[in-house]
Amino acid sequence: MVDTFLNGKFIGTTENPLELVRKIVDERRKGILSENVNVSYDKESNEVYIEGAKGRLRRPLIVVRDGKPVLTEQHIKQLEKKEITWSDLVKQGVIEYLDAAEEDNSLVAFFEKDLTPKHTHLEITPLAIFGLITSLVPYANFNSAQKVNTGSKNQKQALGFYAANYPVRMDMDVNLLHYPQSPIVRSVMHSISDYEKHASGQNIVVAVMSYKGYNMEDAVIINKGSIERGLGRGSYYRPMVAEELRYSGGLVDEISIPNKDVKGYKSEKDYRYLEDDGIIYPEAKVKEGDVIIGKTSPPRFLSSMDQYRLASDTRRESSVTMKHGEEGIVDMILITENGEGNKLVQVKIRDERIPEVGDKLTSRHGQKGVVGLIVPHADMPFTASGIVPDLLFSPHGIPSRMTMAHLIELLAGKVGALSGRYVNGTVFDSEPEDALRKELLGLGFRDNGLETMFNGETGEKFTVRIFVGDMYYLKLKHMVANKIHSRARGPIQLLTRQPTEGRAKEGGLRLGEMEKDTYVAHGASLLLKERFDSDRTIVPVCETCGLIAIHDDFKRRDYCPTCGESVEISFIEISYAFKLILDEFKSMCIYPKIQLKSKY
Amino acid sequence: MEDTLKKYEGRLPESVLEDVRQSMPKKISESKLREVMETVEKEYTQMLAEPGESVGIVSAESIGEPGTQMTLNTFHFAGVAEMNITTGLPRIIEILDGRRNITTPMMEIYLKKPYSQGKDIKKIALYVKETKLADIASEITLNLAESRIEVTIDNDKAKELAITEANLLKALKTANKNLSIDIKKGIYIFKMKSKDENSNAIYKLKEKIKESYIRGVRGITQILPVKKDGEFIIITAGSNLKKLLGLPFVDGTRTTTNDIFEIEEVLGIEAARHALINEVFKVIENQGLNVDIRHLMLVADTMCFNGKLKGITRYGVVREKASVLARASFETPIKHIISASLTGEVDKLNSVVENVMLNQPVPVGTGLPKLITKRVK
Repeated sequence: MVDTFLNGKFIGTTENPLELVRKIVDERRKGILSENVNVSYDKESNEVYIEGAKGRLRRPLIVVRDGKPVLTEQHIKQLEKKEITWSDLVKQGVIEYLDAAEEDNSLVAFFEKDLTPKHTHLEITPLAIFGLITSLVPYANFNSAQKVNTGSKNQKQALGFYAANYPVRMDMDVNLLHYPQSPIVRSVMHSISDYEKHASGQNIVVAVMSYKGYNMEDAVIINKGSIERGLGRGSYYRPMVAEELRYSGGLVDEISIPNKDVKGYKSEKDYRYLEDDGIIYPEAKVKEGDVIIGKTSPPRFLSSMDQYRLASDTRRESSVTMKHGEEGIVDMILITENGEGNKLVQVKIRDERIPEVGDKLTSRHGQKGVVGLIVPHADMPFTASGIVPDLLFSPHGIPSRMTMAHLIELLAGKVGALSGRYVNGTVFDSEPEDALRKELLGLGFRDNGLETMFNGETGEKFTVRIFVGDMYYLKLKHMVANKIHSRARGPIQLLTRQPTEGRAKEGGLRLGEMEKDTYVAHGASLLLKERFDSDRTIVPVCETCGLIAIHDDFKRRDYCPTCGESVEISFIEISYAFKLILDEFKSMCIYPKIQLKSKY
Repeated sequence: MEDTLKKYEGRLPESVLEDVRQSMPKKISESKLREVMETVEKEYTQMLAEPGESVGIVSAESIGEPGTQMTLNTFHFAGVAEMNITTGLPRIIEILDGRRNITTPMMEIYLKKPYSQGKDIKKIALYVKETKLADIASEITLNLAESRIEVTIDNDKAKELAITEANLLKALKTANKNLSIDIKKGIYIFKMKSKDENSNAIYKLKEKIKESYIRGVRGITQILPVKKDGEFIIITAGSNLKKLLGLPFVDGTRTTTNDIFEIEEVLGIEAARHALINEVFKVIENQGLNVDIRHLMLVADTMCFNGKLKGITRYGVVREKASVLARASFETPIKHIISASLTGEVDKLNSVVENVMLNQPVPVGTGLPKLITKRVK
């Protein structure tokens, strides 16, 4: 008796589980049962599972009968002539989709030559075990699994050409690569997915060597000449939005150049780019603080009575301005209406992004790194034939990560570049390394890719030969220009009087509890106090009741709200946060009495 | 030699003097010895913590930093399989939190002379191990109709443990005083003496009977005789130091347990302090980390100086802190503030955390020395 489950629910028992499974599979192949049904027999628990629910991960395989694939030459010919389609093959039971459980019951051959009578299925292509993006990693079968994974993750963050209609789109946070290239070392997936139409990297010359230590810890060194020729250059687009909101009482926002009497008026200089409609003109070069869209809002907290008052027409300034540290050029302006019929203005700002120290680059093998140094073309090392690499990659990144494909791609790229052809690097089905080496030798280079190189600064020959090749490099969207941040003085929070948090608010960098401990461990007591002086306040304290007293600067007098004027009042320096907690104690009906004592 | 050393008494600790005495050659000239002693004193004073040194935080950082590299969950066995012992971070947390019930209590039993060479080792091991009824029973059945429990004994197992019918019955009778026990055809029949028949009670009774103590040392659930450095010792899972120290063949001077609270109870707080240091150090060493033992000593001292073992928790050493604000800054602040307000506690601001809260210089390092001068009026 073997228990049988349909979609996880018990439906009955069977005497012959294998027969049941075989029958269901047969009927599915004949088209009697839905192709979405999967069935499996678990020997361990002695149970049969029939699954038809959604949400299972399934993949297609060629059905094999008696050691021969059901897919014949005739099928392929018909496919080529477009007489039949993929779904016809699925309907005919030539190709079927298996889920994870049914796959456990199957024996899948990798290649047709491996087939034995025991096999139940054949891979359509070994590439099918990878997803779309992972298939774009060349020679991935030579990498460790972890690096194939990170390599494909990195590709998703690469700059490229994301949409051909980008000039008329208003996307948030857009990066474009200026000169995208199709990779020399490619897999069939590049052709299938029309990769050359939306490429996201560039083929560059890479030398595996160190250079004055500026490429240690995964950093890379790039050639300044290459940057000037367009390596990694891109544009960054960001839209700014303003909307004429409607408020209760028929009041509306107004997009226009604000009047001088508006509350919070900035300065004439800040509004200088605005045209008569209150919107900036295209191609204006803007820096931080400049107003992009001039806007005023009705005063806040307007009650019905206030409407008749004279002062009520002082409107608030609510323009859209460039934030701290931002700059760019106005690219496109869009004036439209939103769903509620309010006037909507969107302005797209463009900024050129030239690679700089700290920008992130990667190959397709999870070998990511940041730019450590930009070297003038003249100072870069060069090969005997006069080739100057675009990028220097540290050899220390290779052994522990075991990214063999990174090295093979360098070699394959070199062959491709020299012979003017694309190299097939499809997973499990790539051009063999031996053939590439032979071809390279035939092109007049060393078969191992090594070249004699010279120091660019002194002209001396290096005592070792350097591995030089071509490979496809990607620039990732993490760029310093979007992240750089520092602060000496700046905005504070209203409640705590402590510095604000985060780059957008020009915030401070928190010296946390554990960092505080390090100051204490060093005994740097007074330095620690200075660090925490950001919310320092001087408060008057009544010596009689020990509560915070009042200092009246106008009348030049100090008094205690409970004990009156005839008490001793002293000034102490505490953090504002502590003053707050004392207030909080009072709100809990706890009397926090401060007992003062002279320090000296 | 002794005269020269005598001059340093009081200036150097006795242990340092003893070290010098041990390591000096018998014949050493007076001037040479004086030179040695001067260097020793210089080195010694240099090693001392200076006033105002934040030893506590330095210790915390010195233990905490390598702690981040420790593998989080390591169960591994000492010696042979089936003996799992908590090590790594979980064990350190367990020790420093001062938990009374540790996850894997364990003992190392050293034996006196003839036995340590292997005499009667198996017998001793079996004698030490706690045997419960469930260990020798082959079947325990509930007879609900007659509301009784029938237990069949696995005779092979009983023979192996040298348990006879007579002493088994005696043990069962002392373990279950409110039950009547009969033997019929080798089956032990348990019946409740009181008449109230409750089917739930009999289920509970079954569990209780299973746990009936028959013999051995209570708490010792597993035993493992091991040969170590040319002598036999017994490693146990479960711990009962008090009972074991009373046994004639046990070498009480070397036998230990990893249950620090048990050591405190049986051998006193000083022994517990040592055990604490050893246990933590063992884990750290095991992980291949390097922490100076003096950091652990400081932690152990803080946990023990009150005469009672206290964990580093809000119920342990943190509760003992003098400052309300310091206590409030570590877990459950409102509870501490309210109880302080009820008794009208005064915070003297003598320690680090309070002063950081008020933005005052903390009284360590450069914040400690004060200038004392008379005020000119």
